[in-house]
Amino acid sequence: MSETTHHSAHHIDVKEFHPRARAAIHNPQIRQNFRKAMDGLMTKRKSAFEGWDLETLRDLGANIRMRALANLPDLLEQLEQKLTENGVTVHWAADGDEACEIVRDICLARDAKSVIKGKSMVSEEMELNHYLEDQGIEALESDLGEYIVQLAEETPSHIIMPAIHKNTTEISQLLHDKTGTDLSNDVEYLTANARLQLREKFRNADVGISGVNFAVAETGTLCLVENEGNGRMTTTVPPCHIAVTGIEKVVPKLEDVTALLALLTRSATGQHITTYFNMISGPRKADELDGPEEVHLVLVDNGRSTIYQDDELLDTLRCIRCGACMNHCPVYTRVGGHAYGTTYPGPIGKILMPHMVGLDEGRHLPTASSLCGACGEVCPVKIPIPDLLVRLRQEAVDGDKLHPAKVRGHGAKRGTVEAMIWKGWSWMHARPGLYRLGTALGARFRKLQPGKLGGWTQYRTAPKLAAKTLHERMKERSQ
Amino acid sequence: MVDPIKVYPAKPSKVYFYGTCLVDMFYPDAGMAGIQLLEREGIEVIYPEDQTCCGQPAYTSGYHDEARAVARAQLGLFPEDWPIVVPSGSCGGMMRKHYPALFKDTADDVKAAEIAGRIWELTDFLVNVCHIKLEDLGEPTTVAMHTSCSARREMGVAEVGPKLLGQLKNVNLVEQVRAEECCGFGGTFAVRHPEISGAMVSEKVDTLVNTGAREFVTTDCGCLMNIAGYAEKNQKPVTGQHILSFLWERTNGDGGKHS
Repeated sequence: MSETTHHSAHHIDVKEFHPRARAAIHNPQIRQNFRKAMDGLMTKRKSAFEGWDLETLRDLGANIRMRALANLPDLLEQLEQKLTENGVTVHWAADGDEACEIVRDICLARDAKSVIKGKSMVSEEMELNHYLEDQGIEALESDLGEYIVQLAEETPSHIIMPAIHKNTTEISQLLHDKTGTDLSNDVEYLTANARLQLREKFRNADVGISGVNFAVAETGTLCLVENEGNGRMTTTVPPCHIAVTGIEKVVPKLEDVTALLALLTRSATGQHITTYFNMISGPRKADELDGPEEVHLVLVDNGRSTIYQDDELLDTLRCIRCGACMNHCPVYTRVGGHAYGTTYPGPIGKILMPHMVGLDEGRHLPTASSLCGACGEVCPVKIPIPDLLVRLRQEAVDGDKLHPAKVRGHGAKRGTVEAMIWKGWSWMHARPGLYRLGTALGARFRKLQPGKLGGWTQYRTAPKLAAKTLHERMKERSQ
Repeated sequence: MVDPIKVYPAKPSKVYFYGTCLVDMFYPDAGMAGIQLLEREGIEVIYPEDQTCCGQPAYTSGYHDEARAVARAQLGLFPEDWPIVVPSGSCGGMMRKHYPALFKDTADDVKAAEIAGRIWELTDFLVNVCHIKLEDLGEPTTVAMHTSCSARREMGVAEVGPKLLGQLKNVNLVEQVRAEECCGFGGTFAVRHPEISGAMVSEKVDTLVNTGAREFVTTDCGCLMNIAGYAEKNQKPVTGQHILSFLWERTNGDGGKHS
């Protein structure tokens, strides 16, 4: 077996968040594309939940996911057993590299030369396309957004809408350059052309690779939510279907899917139901006319079982990948998905990626939030995202002796000067007399207050110290 | 995991007033206004002299040892069982929502949880505990309101500010586009990510200006110094005030002078 180390050649430096964010903020096209798209998605979500008892539904969703996670090891075993009974081959991958190798071996065994892919964020996590290309296997994305991103040689900027950073004009130009379509702002024309190109690929592909939205343990069913029909084509036309998913996607019962699906589609795109909902329960049976001969499931860990060890961080794994947190995030809306430099951008990326790349690499991710709480408010499974951001900030600076940090790369952001500033701040504010003296002196000498305060006064005037503190005024009043 | 339901106390004879460090140093008028509004409702206001800061800046920066030391110094300030009112959703949220987590596994866990249960955001307290009735003595004006994210999402008081302003007959309250979106303050976020914060506040100011209002009010001094500071520096035609200052000035009859 030829071993490649494609993951060590991580092409994007996650640490360089600031320059990428700055560039995005000063790019009016990016700003406009995201603002417009996110405004639309927020409105759609809101109207999709009208008439629903959303809080109760979110509680139900959260409970289903928490119950699944509480029994995760058993459920995974049950899932494997049921899938095996159904004729599906189950594989376990400790990380992205191992998952890639499993996919490669399945392809090699079938002498597969071309792969058609449905949308899968886990395959992005694995950087599967690059890996397969290096192995001489063509991997073509069939989700329209992913197809565009692949043509542009980019990565998805959103987990649900991978090409949301591009407007129609930009997409038209790209399709013109890469596939020879005419320049046009007629979305139907552009889509029809992409469809034509893809149809041929579906017919000839040796293997179809898809993601999984929910894996049902009791029945061994893989659920796939999609709008374009490409998911169904990917999983039924080629003679071999490989599904890849994170180990956290399992739910105990089929009935659990109802609530999660209701939450997922409304939270993601504001749809009551997607155009397609696939329930895959095995390969073609002897008396069936279509469907793949072989079905595989690759269960990918890639850091998830480490997250699972911590009672608080565990909540990260509730995620059903709807993207509502990024749609409602004022930071994501300003900088777009690529600024993060991570597979998963936005709030969920900020709490998930530090576990995958380490807090040393991802040290800036948890700080890139005003902790406004919009993400936690809309999360369909009630992940306390702001609390997890604070937890990771603490881990990044080793800030709590009572609860020692445990995430890989913890403490990387602790700087001597900053730590000393907080120590001094704490020392003064824990001593009321000293605090009163300090603030009263500040008020007395407020004319000496510096007019420039770093990043603050780049955009705003400096706040003005009052002539007398509230403490002083209350003191005078009581005399 | 379900947020605890708020159970408002009966109107008490006394409250503790936790002024917050930003009000103390930068906006003492807002603090005095809050105290006077409470007193006008017949409530005796106790201002513990040894109060400093709730500890939030260090907490959200990840320095939990330092935050805990400062927060611990506040735990002894409220010995009687009176409500503790705070003129800020942000500091209120820190004390109500995060103190229990901060003091978990310490000797102060019970005390912190007990104090957390007595924390009330001041406008919420005026409406839902004092059942305040305001008489507007001011000239006709149009205002917009920015409810801080912590007031909205941690303290759940987004409905309260508009209710108070709605009682003022000469005040026309207008709503800006994307009213629920963060202004970009976020404490140390504004300094760690100045460009992102700057982009957020510039859009917030634009939406406020676009309402036609020339003044806005807010529940939190962090948002106030962010939004008003941006408007001032960039000469945008809108000025801001803490909602408590605004309410007191329009209802006390002496043009906003403080005792």
